[in-house]
Amino acid sequence: MVVKVYGPAFASPKRVLICLVEKEIEFETVPVDIIKGEHKDPEYLKLQPFGVVPVIQDGDYTLYESRAIIRYYAEKYKAQGTDLLGKTIEERGTVEQWLEVEAQNYHPSIYNLVLHVLFSDKMGFPADAKVIEESEKNLGKVLDIYEERLSKSKYLAGDFFSLADLSHIPFTNYLGAMGKMYLIKEREHVSAWWDDISSRPSWKKVLELYPAPILE
Amino acid sequence: MATPVKVYGPPMSTAVSRVLACLLEKDVNFQLIPVDMSKGEHKKPDYLKIQPFGQVPSFQDESISLFESRAICRYVSEKYANQGNKRLYGTNPLEKASIEQWLEAEGQSFNPPSSALVFQLAFAPRMKLKQDLGVIKQSEEKLAKVLDVYEQRLGESRFLAGDEFTLADLSHLPNTQYLVSVTEKGEMFTKRKNVGRWWSEISGRDSWKKVVDLQKAPPPKSA
Repeated sequence: MVVKVYGPAFASPKRVLICLVEKEIEFETVPVDIIKGEHKDPEYLKLQPFGVVPVIQDGDYTLYESRAIIRYYAEKYKAQGTDLLGKTIEERGTVEQWLEVEAQNYHPSIYNLVLHVLFSDKMGFPADAKVIEESEKNLGKVLDIYEERLSKSKYLAGDFFSLADLSHIPFTNYLGAMGKMYLIKEREHVSAWWDDISSRPSWKKVLELYPAPILE
Repeated sequence: MATPVKVYGPPMSTAVSRVLACLLEKDVNFQLIPVDMSKGEHKKPDYLKIQPFGQVPSFQDESISLFESRAICRYVSEKYANQGNKRLYGTNPLEKASIEQWLEAEGQSFNPPSSALVFQLAFAPRMKLKQDLGVIKQSEEKLAKVLDVYEQRLGESRFLAGDEFTLADLSHLPNTQYLVSVTEKGEMFTKRKNVGRWWSEISGRDSWKKVVDLQKAPPPKSA
């Protein structure tokens, strides 16, 4: 039985794909066309009642929320592939801290930017200039804190690549398409961190297999 | 007896109370260290050293300093796995995965609209800030959709992640407590049959009652 991941073209499912590649776990994918509204179809809602991607099926087992899925697989396959959780309870605690920082402080701002700048036309709503401006400002403040952290630590949770860094990759990648990669490049340590994590073979493989729906 | 862990922040903060509930469930002794947010203490250099985003809570035990309430809860649940409520974070990987799913649903779907409503309806008036009616309306609509999903789930399952009370349910206590007890949006919970039943059960736990008492205690006088 091979894990099935729904919605591979989109950013949140890509968190799961990177993790599965890092952990050397085989998977299949099932396309979900968000632009056509397939994520709100009754059949999809049976699997993921909040109507968002991803969801995974592993035999009879269904699980959703990308950060829950990556925690599950990183722990289940702790003994193979890249160690994404740290070696001690304390290291795991620090991974959890920075994964929550991504979820609570980083994601809301970058998500709004991506939605309004890249997807508003396709999804049929007007881009809100005020949301874009505020989101970019907030993202900048968060990245200033990352700059300080990454000047003392190679990766967010310490000297090892973890779920916390991984979780940032798919949405941060969209900054290029938005012409906003300067947010990363202007910050020396954030820039070095981004170069490192975005050049991992797992990310290159995921991007190659499942290009983002917004093409240049 | 183990040295009490330290929790920085006022118990009236929803995020601080999330951690306190978890510590009480796990029978972990703690010391609550005041941070006077009305005086901007959380944005001053001394506090920013332990929490660079200038948010509460922050946490310290003998081996680590941590922030982000849901990360602290996970760490505490794992470190103190063998004491207090041993089912709080699951007893096998599948149970734990279900808890993670609903913890993430809380963090990503429930928290944004419920937090916004708590701020607008419970805190803004106290702070003499103008309410944003547009935000209130939008947040209520979003929260209603989320609670419809919960209503269905809680018709099939006693608690969110399964048959036992877990971190996933616990994480919902702080925002819901404010909405039910000091705003007129409590009906969103109490008028949904399954959500109402679930709210009664989880808020009736001894651990949560103790947190509510801590929230009611008068704030310590600052030096």
